[in-house]
This record gives sequence, C-alpha cells and structure tokens, in this order.
Amino acid sequence: MTKKVLMKGNEAICEGAIAAGCQAYYGYPITPQNEIPAYMAKKMVELGRVFLQAESELAAINMVFGSAVAGVRAMTSSSSPGISLKQEGISYLVGCELPAVIVNVQRGGPGLGNISGSQGDYFQATKGGGHGDCRTIVLAPNSVQEMYDLTILAFDLAEKYRNPVTILTDGVLGQMLEPIIFLSEERRAKSEEREVKEWVLNGCKGREPRKIRSLLMAEGALEEHNWKLNEKYNKIKKNEVRYETHNLEDAEVVLVAFGIAARVGKGVMNTAREEGYKVGLIRPIILWPFPEKIISDTANRLRSIASSLRRSPAFLVVEMNLGQMLEDVKLAVNGKVPVEFYGRPGGGLVTQEEIFERIKNI
Amino acid sequence: MKKIFSRPQSLKETQHLYCPGCGHGIIHRIIAEVVDELNIRERTIGIAPVGCAVFAYDYWNFDVTEAAHGRPPAVATGIKRVLPDRIVFTYQGDGDLAAIGTAEIIHAANRGERITVIFINNACYGMTGGQMAPTTILGQKTLTTPFGRDATRDGYPLKVCELLSSLEGAVYLERTAVNSPKNALRTKKAIKKAFQVQLNHLGFSLVEVLSQCPVIWHLEPVEACKWVEEVMAKTFPLGVFKDTNKHE
Repeated sequence: MTKKVLMKGNEAICEGAIAAGCQAYYGYPITPQNEIPAYMAKKMVELGRVFLQAESELAAINMVFGSAVAGVRAMTSSSSPGISLKQEGISYLVGCELPAVIVNVQRGGPGLGNISGSQGDYFQATKGGGHGDCRTIVLAPNSVQEMYDLTILAFDLAEKYRNPVTILTDGVLGQMLEPIIFLSEERRAKSEEREVKEWVLNGCKGREPRKIRSLLMAEGALEEHNWKLNEKYNKIKKNEVRYETHNLEDAEVVLVAFGIAARVGKGVMNTAREEGYKVGLIRPIILWPFPEKIISDTANRLRSIASSLRRSPAFLVVEMNLGQMLEDVKLAVNGKVPVEFYGRPGGGLVTQEEIFERIKNI
Repeated sequence: MKKIFSRPQSLKETQHLYCPGCGHGIIHRIIAEVVDELNIRERTIGIAPVGCAVFAYDYWNFDVTEAAHGRPPAVATGIKRVLPDRIVFTYQGDGDLAAIGTAEIIHAANRGERITVIFINNACYGMTGGQMAPTTILGQKTLTTPFGRDATRDGYPLKVCELLSSLEGAVYLERTAVNSPKNALRTKKAIKKAFQVQLNHLGFSLVEVLSQCPVIWHLEPVEACKWVEEVMAKTFPLGVFKDTNKHE
C-alpha cells in the first residue's frame, strides 16, 4: 500500500534524512529553512537520535565533522550566507575524507540578500564548496518527492565515496507542499544497517590507534593526497551523472535548467510545444558531476540540423541567478551552437511567460 | 626487580618537535599518565588544535583527530553526543581557544558538554612566529605588538577561567602551571580531576595550564619558568575557579 503524505519540501528533507539513518543533526535558524531544525528538534529526539541547535552555522558544520569522525551519519542545513560560513568545515571534511550531508535552501544574495528562493549558490556548491581542490557531490531536487529521495541518496553517496554531499535546493521548493511516497519499512531498515568503517575514531579498543587529519606537511605528501582525491572525483564523474531529458529527439531549442527553474521550464516546454515551438529540456539532477555528455551529444545533433532550419537551434539556460550553470553548459557545448541565457537573480522568480518570450526571441 | 617508572602507554615513542624548554612536552606526558592511570586509553578520543600542538596525534597513543582552528569544542560535541561513553578531550592553545574559538568554547561550556578541555596558555601565538594572543600580558612585546601590548589599542589579556566561571554548565575550572615540579604535580592532579568529572557525567571541565615558551619569549628556559611565576601568574592567578560537584 503506497500511502501518499502531503509534505512541505523542507520537512521532506528531514524525513529523507531520518529514513537514511541520519543519527545526528546540527543546525541553526535561518530563513527559508527554519522548518528543518524545528522538525528535527522534535523527530530526532523522539527517535532517540541527536539534535542540537548550534551557536552558529560554523559550529554546526564542525559538529557534523565530529560525528562523521565518530562514524555516524550526520547532517546540517542552512541557507546561502550560512553555507558561506560552513565552507571551511566543508573543505576539512573533503580533506579528511569524511561523509556528511549539507543542505542549502538557497535565498537571494549576495550578502544578507533577502529570504526569497534563488539559485545563486550554484558556483559556491559546484566549484568546490570550500578552499583547495575541493569537490562535493551536488544534488538538485525539483520536487518535494525529490527532496525526500535525493536526501536518502545523499547519505548513501557521502558514505560510498567518503565525501560530503550538498543538497542544493531553494526557498520555493522548501516551502512547497506536495504529496510524497515514503520509502518502505523494509528498505528503510536496510538503509540503517551499516558496517563500522575502518577509519572511524571510536576509541582504540582491540586495534591500533588512528588519526584523522588533512594536514600533510611531508615533502610531496599533500600533492599525492590530492591526486588520490582526484581519482575519487573521476570515479564519481564516471558513476554518478544523473539527469532527466524531455523531447530532445526533435528539439530546436533545448532548455537547460535545474531545481525549481526546471519545474517552470517543463511547463513552458509543454506550452511552447502546443504552439508549435520544438522545445526540449535537459534537467541535471546531479549538478556535480555535471552531465557534460548529454549536453555535448545534444549540441552535436543541434549542429547537424542547423543548416536545415530558418533560425539557429540553441540551448537556453534558465536559472535564478546571473548565469552560473550557464558557464558549465557553454563549456560542454564547446561553441558548436549558441547558448542563450534567461535568468532572474536576487530572489526573482522565473515565469513561464517570460521564458516563452525569450524562446520566441532566440 | 619491579619496574616502577616507564613511558606511559598512552605516549608514543615519536620524537616531539617542540622547542627545548616548552611546556607541551610535560603536559602531553601528564595527559598520557592520567589516561593510563584512569584506564581509559581504549575509549579516549583527543582533538588536536591548530598551533604548535597540531601534530599531537603523532604523540599520543590513542585516537586523535584534527580540527579547524578554534573548533575543537564543536568537534568534541559532535563526537561526545553520538558516543557518550567515550572520553573526549580537546587540547587547545590561546589563539585556538581564546581568539577564533571563543564562541565554540563558551557554548560548549554553557551546554555543559561532558567533555574535557586542556587549555595551554603561553601568552602568544607560538606556531606562527610569536604574534599577540588574547592572553598576551600588557606591555609584552610580540611580533604584532613590537612596542608592547597597549590596552587602549590592543585591549586586555583575556582570562578564560574567570570568563567561563559564570556559566552554569561549567562544573570544574582550574588554572595551573608546569614551571616547577610542584606545579607540574598540581597540573596532573587537576587534569585527572577534569577527566574524572567527565567519567562521572557531571558536566564541562577545563584546566588552563600556563606553559613556558622560551623561544618566543626570548628567555632561557629557566628564566622562562621564572617568568611564568613572577609575571604571568600575576595576570593569570593559579587556582580553582569553579568546582560545583553537581550530581545528576
């Protein structure tokens, strides 16, 4: 029996974390994600797990670091300015190869910005999330169901690769109410059984003492470590590309969008199709690693049909920022066809009407 | 013949990189002895600072993790909350604890985290070459106070034990020194008590240890030991600042 439950996006993340066996949550109030610490404050305590409202986002990420060192699934959440505070901690998690889940419910920026949903932290998330050659896997849900499903995936990926994973969502999805289906009890129990890892610090009973650190001062040691991390990143790039496509076979304008912008993009694609415009959509579900191949392959197809069309086929990147994923799309397209942009920064929301106008003007 | 003295099991044979006359060597050993005597080596997890003791995980023979500068109390919280029966302690210098880490130490103490903090006060930033620390004495010359610490420009030495003593969650706070055998023994007693506070789940415990730093202070080791007593201890008096013996 698949029961559907009406949930708010932010709360679906909490349920996903609980289903994934998250044992510790550390958070701090910041709009538009306050539902997350509030929900976890109740649920985690009821379940006998750990909840703590930390003194800052900075303290919270370091508490996650501690729980990760202890071998436990841990999560923190915040919004844009709070995520900036966490970057030091994220870099340490990467350097020490520790699993962790970080949720960013994006708001308008830069600076204090506003509290409206935005997609302005794409660079921050995908180009590292911290100093150094730092990578986090970045998941971009676009529905409340995905807020739940991708949170579960986030914990699994974090542990699989011993790397932090970012869930990059926004204030609109966080507040949205949609019916979702929960993981079955059987699958939930399975996700809770895990072996103790061989690098965990839990007291050296029955084994040699261990250390966890990212400081490598010996000649060549840090470079070697970075190459090793690079191998890991390459493995992730090979195995964890995830995206969704619609109507690419005959598309002449291909929308590329993630998260809430992709929800709007899907609507405008359907509307445009009804009016005879051949619009398709590529929705990256995982932003890092970026789905270069599908975009590159699509660019090849668009180039091959270009001479037979009145107007040049093109990509139209739609995002709620000044053009961030745009750069990755351009890199993947590599000059084969035009890459256009439509965006609304600072908490502005993209609309179907505006996107459709833009499509008509390509 | 009975063996009555040896290297503690909790101290590795690795050679320290500390300066001659530095207090870290003495305090590392004291902690190792305490851990051995309390028989907690196999369930102890230490958190190293960013500072001269950044490589502490190479010296102690139990689990030790790195932490970002100032964040050990938060990392300790993250470990202790999920592994409440392990003994978790941080080892921090004055930059780590009293400058960048002030929020973390106050809130860990305020929450009464059942952790132990060993705070090493040498009135300067040693590792980075001798800059002013929050605990630098008025008039003391450092790399960033070349004319001497001036209250109007640089503020006053920060007294951590006094500061934390107003917090209900902090149940045991003592300041000691290691500039003499008598003081070193007192330090050992204090550190042992601090670990016992944790073993008995009573709350947050901290021992602040005035530690000689001959190289940065530009003093011979023996003079450095005297400076702790004659100058430092005037600003940072030794003694117990909190001992509430709260029971749950």
